[in-house]
Formats: sequence, structure tokens, C-alpha cells
Amino acid sequence: MHKGFLTIYWRDMLRFVRFRTLLFTSLVQPALWLAFFGVAMSNNFDRLTATMPAVPGVRAVGYLTFIGAGVIAMTTLFTSLFGGTVLLFDKNWGLMRETLSSPLPRIHIIIGIGLSAMTKSFIQAAVILVLGLLLGVQFFEGYTAPQVLISLLGIMLFIGAFSLGFLFLSAAIAITMESPEGMQAVITLLTMPFFFTSNALYPSTSFPPFLRALSTINPLTHLVSGIRYFAIGSDFSSIGIHYTYTQGEAVTSFLALLAFAAIMFLIARWRFTKVTVT
Amino acid sequence: MQKGRVIIADHDLRTEPEKVRESIGIVFQELTLDRDMTVRETLEYHGRLYSMPKAQRQARVDELLSLVELEAKRDVLTRYLSGGMKRRLEIARGLMTRPKVLFMDEPTIGLDPQTRIRIWDYVRDINRQGTTIFLTTHYMDEADQLSDYISIIDHGQIIATGKPWELKNALGQDIIYLETSDNQGASDILKKLDTVRGIRDKSKGIIVMVNVDGTYLLPEIMDKLRNGGIKIMAVNLKKPSMDDVFVHYTGRELRDTGTEKAVVVKRGGR
Repeated sequence: MHKGFLTIYWRDMLRFVRFRTLLFTSLVQPALWLAFFGVAMSNNFDRLTATMPAVPGVRAVGYLTFIGAGVIAMTTLFTSLFGGTVLLFDKNWGLMRETLSSPLPRIHIIIGIGLSAMTKSFIQAAVILVLGLLLGVQFFEGYTAPQVLISLLGIMLFIGAFSLGFLFLSAAIAITMESPEGMQAVITLLTMPFFFTSNALYPSTSFPPFLRALSTINPLTHLVSGIRYFAIGSDFSSIGIHYTYTQGEAVTSFLALLAFAAIMFLIARWRFTKVTVT
Repeated sequence: MQKGRVIIADHDLRTEPEKVRESIGIVFQELTLDRDMTVRETLEYHGRLYSMPKAQRQARVDELLSLVELEAKRDVLTRYLSGGMKRRLEIARGLMTRPKVLFMDEPTIGLDPQTRIRIWDYVRDINRQGTTIFLTTHYMDEADQLSDYISIIDHGQIIATGKPWELKNALGQDIIYLETSDNQGASDILKKLDTVRGIRDKSKGIIVMVNVDGTYLLPEIMDKLRNGGIKIMAVNLKKPSMDDVFVHYTGRELRDTGTEKAVVVKRGGR
């Protein structure tokens, strides 16, 4: 088998490690979300919900724990959506001509860059997870060591599928766009609906029906639910709302993410066949 | 936009595009380096793209860095290289896979004379090692110096092809400058020759425009003048330059798109 995608992967990781500022800021940003937004909102919510009766017989978790999963998911979304930008720069000023004129099948470019975005997402998620635990996020409460391991594996599967999907989308946009400014605008525009129609920062149960529908088909919602399922549990309450999330639902969410990734892959592959270099 | 068949290194572009890609190297007109990779990594990346085995890659990187004299820059990011060094790196990259055919699109554009000469040396070296080179250029001296065959392209069409000296001779516009003891007498004698198209007076001598190869006509002219009792003090033969050839074929009007170009072919010496 042609291992060309490893070349693409190697080169993208090389840049990731080389640019310490980029690496650093990409880790600091989610940390700041947790440290400021998370802690501030957590205090507010905890005060507002203090008078509400606890859901009986169910473990209650604080808001910080609730959005811990959201922040991990959000970071994965941003990293993956911007992950394709390198292709645009390559196309305009760099290696894309070299790569495209080589015998490497184009599909390897997509796969290689997808895997590197996935790796980056894993690294970031791990850092945020550790940081979150230090800040007081109550993940894996009462889990045994093997349970923690299985949970981590589950979270990785969800993050992996999700990041591939959005990276493929990002690659398709990057290879189609002409200018980095345009790409920046499109992606910023895209992140808004994904982010705010998800259950990352607040529960989506009290959304109006239209937003709720959007939320259900939003891959970010599925990722957040998946992370919560593995990190918090299948039955818990937060800010006065009772959450249940069965194993079946988790599997459905995962399949949804895989389907999303597959569709995005096909779109990216189609866009790549259209690329010509002059 | 294109018609016809392309066969490169015995592979048909239509049926075996992958084989063609494996046989060719390209040095693009614009720089296509990643500013954030080192010199070594740039070559390494290229070798990997073409599935070269690791040991072969490493040996080839060493070999090429010494060819283009970039050993000292091995682990330097390409963003810190000068324009000439970047070019040399790109040439090394084009050669990484030992292509049978190397395409170079205006490789010396915007470079200083020393670097240009250096790059010409590499081109000759590479050629001697068996690579056929297609090189496009606007510099006619470059075309003249480097090529076995030259094609002149205007508006996307090849309008003339030949060896450099063939193209220049075909113009038949050699110019002979003479200083003699009797310029007027010399003019009168030479006017009678069919091979002479015209004569112009200069302050100290005359200019004779001939319509055959001046190299062979010059001895005859000198004999004729000597027989006529005229002493020759100075002689100069000027052949048309490739610039003249180029302008002859493409005309004098300015191009706004730069569609005219010379393609130089240097056959691999195998």
C-alpha cells in the first residue's frame, strides 16, 4: 500500500510542533474558556439553581463539569475547522504544486491532513482534560481505573470521528477558496451556528423546536453528548436538569459522527479532483 | 484546451499518468518552498512523496546538497535562504528522484549573474548525468549557451525549432565590418557580389551585410580586396544573436501576456 498519507501527516505535524506559539495559543485558548467563562458562569448558575430542588436519586454535577465536555468539543471543532487552512496556503504559495505533480494519489493528501488534525485534537483534548480536572471539573467520579481507561478510549473515538469530519469539510473549503481572508470569514461564520445550536455551553432541552431540530442534527451536540456519556455518566443532573443518555443513544451519536465524516470525505475528495495547478 | 498525444520517457500521459509523474521533475517558475521547513526536510518530503526508500533518500540528500553547495544550510528553515539559494534548493529538489526528464520554468529569472552562471553549470552537470532538460527562458543568451535544441514559442505555438547555430544562420544576416586602405574602392568591388546585400559607410570603415554564411564568405571578400590592391587593416564578423533570431520570429510589438518564450531542450547524454 502506498504510504503517501504518512508523508503529508509527517509534514503537517512537523509544522505543528515547530510553531510553539501556535501550539501554545491553541492550548491556552480552551484553558481560558474553562478558567474564565467556566468558573464565572459556574458561580452564577450554581447561585441561580441553589434554590431549585435537586433531582432525587440522581448524581448532580456542577456547571463547570457540565461545560468541561463542551469546551473539549468546542476546541476540537475550532482546531479541525481551521486545520485545512494549511492547504489554502500551500495552494497559493507553497507545496501544493509539488505535491500535486508527484505520483501521490490526491486522496492521500486528504487522509494525511485528516490524521494530523485528529492527532492535534487528541493532544489538545488531553491537555484540557488535565487542566479541567485541576480546575475542579468532576470527570470520572467514582470510576475504577479500567472504567477510566474505557471512558478515555470512548472519548477518543468520538473526538477522532468528529475531527475527521470537520477537517474534511475544512479541506474542501480550503481547496475551493482563493484567499485566506475569505476562508477565515467562511469558517468563522460556520462555527457560530454549530457552536450555539449545540449543547456545549447550555442544555438544549429548553430550545424552541426549530433550534432543537438543528441541535439534534448538529455533530457538535453528538460529540458533547458522547463525551458527557463517557466522562460523567448516563444518568446525571446539572443546573437543575435531568440528563439520561443510554448506550443506544451513544452508539447512534457515534454512527452519526461517522456518517458526517464519510459525507465530508466524499465532498473533499470531489473538491480535490477539481484542483488544477498551473 | 489541449490536443494530441504526449509521450514522456516511453509512457503515454493519457494511459499512464502515474508513470509519467514518476519520470519527470519540475522546477516551477514561482518559488514553491515551504518557508517553515528546513532545507533537508524539503528534500526529504519530496523523496517521500515519490516513495523513495529511506537509505536512498538520505544518500541522495547529501549528494544533492553538495551539488548545489547548500551543505552548510542543511538544517536552516528555507525562509532564511537568499533568492539564489532557494532556487538552488528547488533545482536539487527537482533532481531528488533522478528524473529522466526535468522541466525548468525560467529557473534563472531575477537572479544575479554569478548565480545564473552557477545554475547553468548545474544544468550542464545534470545533463551530462543523463537527464533531458526542457527549460523555458526569456534570456536568449541563456538559450544560446545551454541548448542542444531551441524552439521559439509565440502565442502558444512553436514557430521555429533548431539548433542554435542553425537558427542564427537561417537568418542570413551576417554583418562584416572592414577597415581598409581605400574604403571607397572596397565598396565598389564588393557591390558587384551577389552575396552582398548592402554596404554602409562608417567613419573609419564600412559595414557589409551579406545574405549567406559570413564565415565562408569572408575569405573570398578578403581575397577579392587584396587582388584589387586594397590593404585590409581590421576585420570583424558579427553573427546574428539569439536575440535577433527571437525578434525576427516573434516581431517587435510588445506582448502584454508574455506568451512568447524560448524552450530549450538539452538532451540527456546517454
